[in-house]
Amino acid sequence: MALDTEKREFKILGTRPLRPDGVDKVTGRALYGADMSAPGMLTGKILRSPHAHARIISIDTSAAEALQGVKAVVTANDFAKASNSFMQDGLDNCMARGKVLYHGHAVAGVAAVSEAIAKQALKLIAVEYEVLPHVTEILDAIKPDAPVLHPDRNFKRLPEGTAANISHTTDFGHGDVEAGFAAADLIVERTFKTEATHQGYIEPHACLASMGPDGKADLWCCTQGHYNVRGMCADYLGMNISQLRVTASEIGGGFGGKTTVFIEPVALALSRKAGKPVKIVMTRDEVFKASGPTLSSLTDVKIGMTKDGKITAGYAMLRYQCGAFPSGTIDLGAMSAFAAYDLDAVHTEGFNVMTNRPREAAYRAPGAPTAVYPVEAVVDELCLELGLDPIDVRLLNAADEGTKASYGPTFEAIGLKATLEAAKAHPHYSAPLGPNQGRGVSAGFWFNFGGNTSVSLSLNDDGTVAVTEGNPDIGGSRASISMMAAEELGIPYENIRTIVADTNSLGFNDVTDGSRVTFAVGLATIEAARAAIKIMCTRVAKIWDIDPEAVTWEDGYAKPAGENAGKYDPMSLAEIAAIANKTGGPIAGHHEVNADGAGVSFGVHLADIEVDPETGFTKVLRYTVFQDAGKAVHPSYVEGQMQGGAVQGIGWALNEEYIYGEDGRLQNAGFLDYRIPVASDLPPIDTVILEIPNPGHPYGVRGVGETPIVPPLAAVSNGVSRAIGKRMSALPMSPPKILKVIKG
Amino acid sequence: MNKIHVTTNINGDPVEYLCEPQETLLDVLRNNLQLTGAKEGCGSGDCGACSVTLNGRLVCSCLVLAAEAEGQEVTTVEGMADGDKLHILQKKILEHAALQCGICIPGILVASKALLEKHPDPSEEQARYWLAGNLCRCTGYDKIINAVMDAAAEMRGA
Repeated sequence: MALDTEKREFKILGTRPLRPDGVDKVTGRALYGADMSAPGMLTGKILRSPHAHARIISIDTSAAEALQGVKAVVTANDFAKASNSFMQDGLDNCMARGKVLYHGHAVAGVAAVSEAIAKQALKLIAVEYEVLPHVTEILDAIKPDAPVLHPDRNFKRLPEGTAANISHTTDFGHGDVEAGFAAADLIVERTFKTEATHQGYIEPHACLASMGPDGKADLWCCTQGHYNVRGMCADYLGMNISQLRVTASEIGGGFGGKTTVFIEPVALALSRKAGKPVKIVMTRDEVFKASGPTLSSLTDVKIGMTKDGKITAGYAMLRYQCGAFPSGTIDLGAMSAFAAYDLDAVHTEGFNVMTNRPREAAYRAPGAPTAVYPVEAVVDELCLELGLDPIDVRLLNAADEGTKASYGPTFEAIGLKATLEAAKAHPHYSAPLGPNQGRGVSAGFWFNFGGNTSVSLSLNDDGTVAVTEGNPDIGGSRASISMMAAEELGIPYENIRTIVADTNSLGFNDVTDGSRVTFAVGLATIEAARAAIKIMCTRVAKIWDIDPEAVTWEDGYAKPAGENAGKYDPMSLAEIAAIANKTGGPIAGHHEVNADGAGVSFGVHLADIEVDPETGFTKVLRYTVFQDAGKAVHPSYVEGQMQGGAVQGIGWALNEEYIYGEDGRLQNAGFLDYRIPVASDLPPIDTVILEIPNPGHPYGVRGVGETPIVPPLAAVSNGVSRAIGKRMSALPMSPPKILKVIKG
Repeated sequence: MNKIHVTTNINGDPVEYLCEPQETLLDVLRNNLQLTGAKEGCGSGDCGACSVTLNGRLVCSCLVLAAEAEGQEVTTVEGMADGDKLHILQKKILEHAALQCGICIPGILVASKALLEKHPDPSEEQARYWLAGNLCRCTGYDKIINAVMDAAAEMRGA
């Protein structure tokens, strides 16, 4: 769906109304995953593996089942065979089949009349394990003699003799890279390491499942995509999709980590067996051990530059550790790495390698931050060595409309240059720095998704409007959807209520991911509104007894299209709605689409960092985010995405990491030892929104949610490196690591 | 299993409940009394989503035993608005668009109210340190801090 050709003055887009779910969320009324109860509800708990890698010899549940108050126990045997290997991986991650693949992998589930009894029952389940050698690090996992996680499956393998833990390989590029390097005045080649981080949503996974003896089931859960939950759970329980209705609760953060299932199929299986509703709520310990994390990475980057700053060639070899099951995030990483640059010669390759860690889940721009960080760090090093301004160099090499991206496609209108220019002109960029301070610059990129979307829009007889969409609202999307409906219909924002429907009440919707919701649901809402407008115009034409083509819609009113149409008093939406039952019945519009044209997104971040040379302690002094939003529907929530993404990236850069012991067990499964940024760690996060319209959306909207987590890793790393005068090449940059580099 | 009988006051109302010795105040608020505004983000006092006040003192209700509420005064997020009239902090959080997912907001509100009762004119740094025990993963805290500072100014003026 293309950008509207007629340029319009927006009346509602760009304003900052209160969000419709706001009062519920400041009063405690809003119901999240764990806030729902049902009569006769049981408490479900999950038994998890103490080992990183072991064969399950036997599971004896008889003592647990015999405990008074226990109503059901389930293991892998209580689930159906999944419909394909990808789905089977999802199921095997929810409940280990044959082997446990990581510390915390689920082995059995229990439902009992109280939490205390459920916990007691877990202790009565006897699991006999044959402990196997484990592997948690990238280089160990590719050694020819490494323990293999899935020895009975065939995955792609790198040409050289590596262990069969590599699940995906990738290779992109164009041009003559060797000739490019030969033309360079300076080449920098370096290896960078990042550690696995967790999405860190504050709400643990929670669900309430209820299945009757007739096989019909209802599931309430916190998820980014309840249609996806429905599909996976139905597959795993051997149900028809129509028998399972899933309702998405309010969601307490997801960031990609709630795009799949963990406890939901287990709760359903327990409910089926017990004949009662079952609620499962993960503990924080379980969230860290068995949900989430993102990949860890080891990446070589080589870039050549002329002395005036032109990049002659870029090469990256990316190695992504993806936990216990196959993952293809390496594709997204390899495609993102050089996306900000217009290069004649570029080559990216890499692989995902499996280890005895929890299965990698999507995390905000999955694959991109860890690919862009090494590239942006090497560009920064080249700028320093050659005495060039880092923004000037990026402008000189920046991708633009018509650039052939390193991963193939040719960009349409994009906002990278405008964003770089805005950063350069901002007072932040020219502000003086003190001793032990450094300013880091990084650009960042994300593809943005569109995808399958259904929206229904109905006129109420008092002239208000109900919008029904199917994507969980993760950060204010009901506000932006209501705003777009109001803009298109020409009625006040307050006259619209947008709700997120359950899976039975609306057509299919893809997951809330890929920064797709404001773009794709917005687009479908505009189309649904246009469908309703068409019906309204037809009804008015009937009343006026003129041709429907002679009626036009303007600012909430049906009007004669021109003088020839005749003279009639305009009719408002409310007037048309009030008599709908006399003109042909209820008036509604709906739209179903697999939306494309999402429009890629670029951002530029500036980070001022001070490093204490005695302790290696870092302080973020000042931080500014510049990003192209296409059109900011609700600027406050666009700023919020930019700020929140930046701070997650700052945490990734400075504090956060999964730490494994020699025994393959996670050492820091809690917020005390896995430290996400707190308010006192941070300065204000300033934001500058740019608006370069997306050609693929009627209002020019681009997704904004993911791009802001991409630049901070390099922006902070470049700031630290400039502050200490040495190049940092591993995250997180905790004080001991920085001290080690300072002391060389 | 012997349950303990507790007589307490929650948000100004007299309340009695039976609890098990190991149950936390958060468990009882959420499971027995259906006051689900306080959230369990960690159960170990690290995230602040379960913040309530106990006799005016800010506490993590996941670290308080339910039996300890005997004879005390508990306030939760459900007690902040006066009927249909929102507290200034609640209004400012909305006006500043300071929430995204909103799961941390009940704790942030209770903690901010405790801050402003003790320090009506906090510096921004003071507000940031006071709220350092309340994790928010969505916002980067910027708009939350602005909302709290704005509320403080309005409450001093009021």
